[in-house]
Amino acid sequence: MLKQIEGSRAVAEAVALCRPEVICAYPISPQTHIVEGLGEMVKSRELARCEFINVESEFAAMSVAIGASAAGARAYTATASQGLLYMAEAVFNASGLGLPIVMTVANRAIGAPINIWNDHTDALSQRDCGWIQLFAENNQEALDLHIQAFRLGEELSLPVMVCMDGFILTHAYERVDVPTQAQVDAYLPPFEPRQVLDPAEPVSIGAMVGPEAFMEVRYLAHAKQMRALELIPGWADEFRAAFGRESGGLLHRYRTEDADTVVVALGSVLGTLKDTVDELRRDGVKIGVLGITCFRPWPLAAVRSALERAERVVVIEKSLAVGLGGIVSSNVGTSFGGSPGAVHAVIAGLGGRAITRASLSRMLADAVHGRLEPLTFLDLDRALVERALAREREQRRSGPIAESILRDLGVVASRPV
Amino acid sequence: MHKPFAITLDPGSSLANRTGTWRTMRPEYVDRLPPCNGACPAGENIQGWLYHAESGEYEAAWRLLTQDNPMPAVMGRVCYHPCESSCNRASLDSAVGINSVERFLGDEAIRRSWHFEAPQTPSGKRVLVVGAGPSGLSAAYHLARLGHAVEIHEAGPLAGGMMRFGIPKYRLPRDVLEAEVARILELGVELRLNAKVANIRETLQAGGFDAAFLAVGAHIAKRAYIPAGSAAKILDALSVLRSMEGEDRPLLGRRVVVYGGGNTAIDVARTAKRLGADEAVIVYRRTREKMPAHDFEVEEALQEGVLIKWLSTIKQASGSSITVEKMVLDANGFPQPTGELETLAADSVVLALGQDVDLSPIDGVPGLEVDDGVVKVGADMMTGYAGIFAGGDMVPAERTVTVAVGHGKKAARHVDAWLRGQTYVPPPKHEPATFARLNTWYYADAPKSVRPVLDLVRRQSTFDEVVKGFDESNALYEARRCLSCGNCFECDNCYGVCPDNAVIKLGPGKRFQFNYDYCKGCGLCAAECPCGAIRMLPEEI
Amino acid sequence: MAFQPVKFYQTGTFTVGNRLLALEERSVQANMRRTNSLNSGHRACQGCGEALGARYAIDAAMEATGRRLIAANATGCLEVFSTPYPETSWQIPWIHSLFGNTAAVATGIAAAMRVKGKSDVRVIAQGGDGGTTDIGFGCLSGMFERNDDVLYICYDNEAYMNTGVQRSSATPPAARTATTTAVGEEPGNVFGQGKNLPAIAIAHDIPYVATATVAELRDLEAKVRRAMQIRGARYLHLFVPCPLGWGHASEDTIRIARLAKETGLFPVIEAVDGEVAAVSKIRRKLPVEEYLRPQKRFAHLFGSAPRSDVIARIQAIADRNIRRYGLVDA
Repeated sequence: MLKQIEGSRAVAEAVALCRPEVICAYPISPQTHIVEGLGEMVKSRELARCEFINVESEFAAMSVAIGASAAGARAYTATASQGLLYMAEAVFNASGLGLPIVMTVANRAIGAPINIWNDHTDALSQRDCGWIQLFAENNQEALDLHIQAFRLGEELSLPVMVCMDGFILTHAYERVDVPTQAQVDAYLPPFEPRQVLDPAEPVSIGAMVGPEAFMEVRYLAHAKQMRALELIPGWADEFRAAFGRESGGLLHRYRTEDADTVVVALGSVLGTLKDTVDELRRDGVKIGVLGITCFRPWPLAAVRSALERAERVVVIEKSLAVGLGGIVSSNVGTSFGGSPGAVHAVIAGLGGRAITRASLSRMLADAVHGRLEPLTFLDLDRALVERALAREREQRRSGPIAESILRDLGVVASRPV
Repeated sequence: MHKPFAITLDPGSSLANRTGTWRTMRPEYVDRLPPCNGACPAGENIQGWLYHAESGEYEAAWRLLTQDNPMPAVMGRVCYHPCESSCNRASLDSAVGINSVERFLGDEAIRRSWHFEAPQTPSGKRVLVVGAGPSGLSAAYHLARLGHAVEIHEAGPLAGGMMRFGIPKYRLPRDVLEAEVARILELGVELRLNAKVANIRETLQAGGFDAAFLAVGAHIAKRAYIPAGSAAKILDALSVLRSMEGEDRPLLGRRVVVYGGGNTAIDVARTAKRLGADEAVIVYRRTREKMPAHDFEVEEALQEGVLIKWLSTIKQASGSSITVEKMVLDANGFPQPTGELETLAADSVVLALGQDVDLSPIDGVPGLEVDDGVVKVGADMMTGYAGIFAGGDMVPAERTVTVAVGHGKKAARHVDAWLRGQTYVPPPKHEPATFARLNTWYYADAPKSVRPVLDLVRRQSTFDEVVKGFDESNALYEARRCLSCGNCFECDNCYGVCPDNAVIKLGPGKRFQFNYDYCKGCGLCAAECPCGAIRMLPEEI
Repeated sequence: MAFQPVKFYQTGTFTVGNRLLALEERSVQANMRRTNSLNSGHRACQGCGEALGARYAIDAAMEATGRRLIAANATGCLEVFSTPYPETSWQIPWIHSLFGNTAAVATGIAAAMRVKGKSDVRVIAQGGDGGTTDIGFGCLSGMFERNDDVLYICYDNEAYMNTGVQRSSATPPAARTATTTAVGEEPGNVFGQGKNLPAIAIAHDIPYVATATVAELRDLEAKVRRAMQIRGARYLHLFVPCPLGWGHASEDTIRIARLAKETGLFPVIEAVDGEVAAVSKIRRKLPVEEYLRPQKRFAHLFGSAPRSDVIARIQAIADRNIRRYGLVDA
C-alpha cells in the first residue's frame, strides 16, 4: 500500500511486518523515531506477540538481543554513531556466535567532536565485525532491505546491519509502498534457529577457543559471508518476484555499460549522483554510477566486473580512514584491475555537510579531465584549515580544534585570539 | 541442532578431561576405632549398635550388642561405663549416655522377648564352666554359640555370682538378672546349682570335658584383726549381702558400722539403711578422694543419709560401741595413726575389707601358678595347665562385672581355637578416632539427657530400683548424640562438598567411593567429614 | 520465611544429607539423582569455592524448576574453567556472552521465553563479583529496574580472580591483591566505603534478595528454591572463598566461608520487596582474627609487626554488621 510517511515510520512498519519477537529500544538520534514507532505498535497491540524492552544502554540493547536470539526469538534493535560504538563488544559477540539479529543503523558521524548528522563513519567503523552490512539508497529500499535482512540473516545464521542515512532518509517524508502482511509472511517464514538454548537439548554456547581452533573458527565465519555473496542475488530476485520491484542485491549499476568513468558510492548520495551523471551524459561524458548495496561481504567479483571497462573510478564516500584516506575507495581498489592511480577517493559530506549537484559536477569534470588528486576532500575550506594548522604551529596551547574553527567561522562568539 | 564448530559444545564433553592427574594428595575412606569401643572391657561394638539404635532399629542394635555381651540389661545398671568416660562428645558438651541406651535395649529385649539365635552345628566338644557369675555366664554364652556343649557348675543355690550375691536389688532388680540368665541357658547350656567343684581335674575327668573355664570369683571376705568382746557383732560384707537373697533378713541393729572404702562397703551401708537402721556409718581410713568406691555411689549414699567417718580405723569393738582412731595422711598419702581415739555407738560392725579367691578347686594342679591370691593366665586366658582357662575376679584384673564379661568372651574364643588345635589371633585394631579428627560443627547442639532418679524417701525405705531407665524417646535422642567417631554414618557430606563431583554415592548402607579419575585431592571431603572417616595420603607420583 | 534447621537428628540439617531424615528433608545435593549441573572435568583449582557454589545453586534451581532452566554466564573464572573448547562441564543450556552484560543477556532470554509462551522455563544469570559489582553494574541495575524475570547469582570471591587476582569493588579492606599489594603505609586494599551489592539490590525494591555462603548448603538451597517461586528480578549474593586468590589451604574453603559468617563479616540475610525479612543468626561468634589468620592475603597484618590497628578496624566492620542486621541473639 502506498503511503507518504517518514522514513523511520516506513522502517518501523516493515520491521513490524516481519513479526519480530523481541525489540530492544534505546534512544539515540537519528534512529529514535524507529523504535518509538515500534513501541507504540506493540503497546497498542497492533504488533502482537512481541516484547518491547526499554533498555538502559546500547550495550544492553545488543546484549538483550543476543539473549533473545540465542533462545530462539526473532530479535531487532536500532542504533547509530556513539551507540553503535558503545555496543561494539556485543556486536562482535553476536556475529561470532552466529545469531541472526537485524539492526538498523541510522548512519551518523562519530565524535569527538559530537555531531548528530549523517555520515557513514559509524557503520564502516564496524565493517570487519562479521555482520552483513546493507546500505539503502532511498526509503523504499530501506523498508525492503529490512524484510530481506531477516530472511538472509536467519538462513545464514548471521546478524545483518541495515544502514540508512540519518536525517536524510530517516526524517524524510517520501512515498513508499508498504507490503501486506500476507506478502511478507510468504517471503519470510517463522524463525527456526540453527542453534538454540533449550532445556530439552542442552548445549553450552560460547566456549573459550584457543590457538588450536581459532583460525578455523574465523575462517568459517569468513566462509559464511562468502556464501552470502552467492545467495544475496538470488534472494533479491525472489524479492522482485514476490513484491514486484528491484531492491537489494549486491549492487546497482546506472549507465555503467559503456562508461569510461564510473562513480562509486553508498546510500542516499546515489540519487544526487544519478542526476549529476544524467547532466554530464547530456554533455557527452561517458560516465556511470555504481551503487554498492551490500558492503559486507564485499562483492569483489561483481564490482570488478562492473568496473572492468572503466578507465577511471571515482569513489565518493561519507567516511574517512584517518591517516590513510578513503575506506570505500580502499575496498574498491582491491577490486579494480586497472592502473593503480586510477581510483580516486573523494571524501565528502562528513558530519552531514550537504553534497550539492554543483560540487559534484565540478569535481567530476575535474576527474574526467584528469585534474583530480588521488585523495580529495570535497568543498574543503582550505583557508580555514591553513589558519588552524598555523595556529597550532605557533602556540602550544592552541585550544580545542573545533572551537577554534567555529570561532574562525564566526559561528561562536569569541575572545580575541 | 547445528552447532557451530568450537563455539557450541555438547554436555558431558568435560568428562574427557581426567583431572585426577592433578593430585598430589589422595583421599581414602578409613574406619577408625571409636574411643568407646576401645575402652569397653567387654569389647562391645558400641558405635555399631548405637548406629542401629539411632534409626529406631532396636532389635538390630540389641543383636549387634549381644554379639559381644549377652547381658545388656544388667550392664545398663551395674557397668561403670568407661565408654562414657572416654566418649569424644564429652569434649563437645557431655558424653553420650551409652550406658542408658544399653539398658534401654536390654530392657526392651526382655519386654519384647527377643531370643538369641540358635547356635551353629555342634562341635562335639564339651566344656566345663566353673561359676555362674558374669564371667562364667559370658563364657558359657559364647562357647554355646560356637557350637560347644557347655555345663556350668555353680557352688551357690542361684546363678549370678556377684550380680546376685553382691550387688543390691536397688541397683540390679533380680527379675532383670533372671531374664538375661534364662536367655543364655536357652541356648542349651546346662546349669548345675549347689555343685561346688572340689577338685578340678577330677571333675574334668568325671564329666568327660575337653576343656574348662574357671570363674569362681572372689567370695572370701578378707579379715582384719580387731580386738572384740564376746558380745561384739562382727560380720563380713559378703555374707551380709549374700543373705539378702534369702528369706531371712540379716539383723544388723539400729546402728550399723561398715568398715572399708570400696563399693561393697557402700552397698552394705545403703542396704543397712533400707533394712531400717537409724544410722549407717562407713568408717574409712583415708579421704574421699582416695576412696576406691565410685564417687557417684558415694554421692547416692550420702543423699540417702549414710554417714562416712573419714581418716579413721577401728581399734576395738564391743557389744554396743566401737573405738576408732583418727588417722592422718603422710607425705606419701598413707594413713598414719594420730593416737586420738573416739567412741561410736554400734550394734554391729560389717567388715568390707576386700575379697579373696577360693583356690581350693585348683589345689595341686601342676603348672597352674598363683600369685598374690589370684591365678596367673596368659594373653589367651589359659592357666599354666593346658586346657584349663580362667577369668573374672580370680585372675589379675580390675574387678568389675564388665571386665568379667569381657574375660568370658575372650576365653571362649581361645578355648574354641584350642579345641580345634589352632590359635586365636585377634584381628589388628584400627587407629584411634581421636577428637582432633572430628569436625564437630556438624553435630546438632544436644545436651545430655538425665536419667530420672527415685526420690529419697523411697530410696531409704524400699529396695526399689534407684536409677530409672529411659523411655524410648530419651533413648533415641541419646543414641543420636553419638558422633559415630571414625565410622561413616552416611551424612553425605563428602558427596556434597566435592567441587569436582568426584565422590560416588553407592546407595543407602553402601557408603561412598572416590572417583579417582576426577579427584583433584583438595581435601575438602576429609576436612568436612564430621566423624573423621577420611584420610588424606600423599599420592604416588 | 527463613530457613529453619531440623534439630536433634544427630547432625540435624547441618550436614549435606542425614540417613535419619526423611528424603524430602535432605538437601538436593544428597540426592543420588541430582543434576550435577557443573560436572567433573572442569579446570577449577583444587577446592574452588565457586565451582562448589555454582553446582549447589544450579542443582537447586534445576530441582525447583523441574529442570526447565537456562543460564547465562559472564566472563570470569566460572565461565573459563567450565567451557574450554572442546570440553564443557555444563549439563544445562548455557550461554557465555561477555563480561559486563550477563544480566542483559538473561533479560533477553527471559523475554524470548515469555513471548514464546514458555514461561515455565526460568532464567539464571551468573557472574563473579567483578562482572557484577563493577563492569556489569549498569546492566544489572537495568534488569532490576525493569523487574525482569531473572535470578542473578553473584559468586563473590572478592577480586578479579580469573585474570590473576586483581582488586574489584568487592575486595575487602586490607586484602592483598595484585593491584593492591601489601606494601607501603596502607598495605593491601584501602579502607573505602565498600560497595554493598546486596544493599544496593535491596534498594532497588526487587521482589527478593538474599545472601548465602557455600558453608551453609541447606540455607543456600532454601533460598534458591524460594527465589524460583517468585517472578521478577531476584538477586542472590553467594560468598565463595578462593584458595588460590586468598592464599588458604584448598581444604579450608568451607571452613573459611563459615568463619566469614560466624565473625559477622558476611551477613547472611533475606530481603523481600526492599526490606530485610530474615537473618541467619551467628551460631558461635568469633573474633575476625580467626577468619583473617588462615588467609595469606591478610598475612601482612600478622607476623613480626602485627597491625592490630587494622584488625581493629575490620572488627569494627564486623560489629557494625552484627548490630545492623541483628546477627547475634542477645
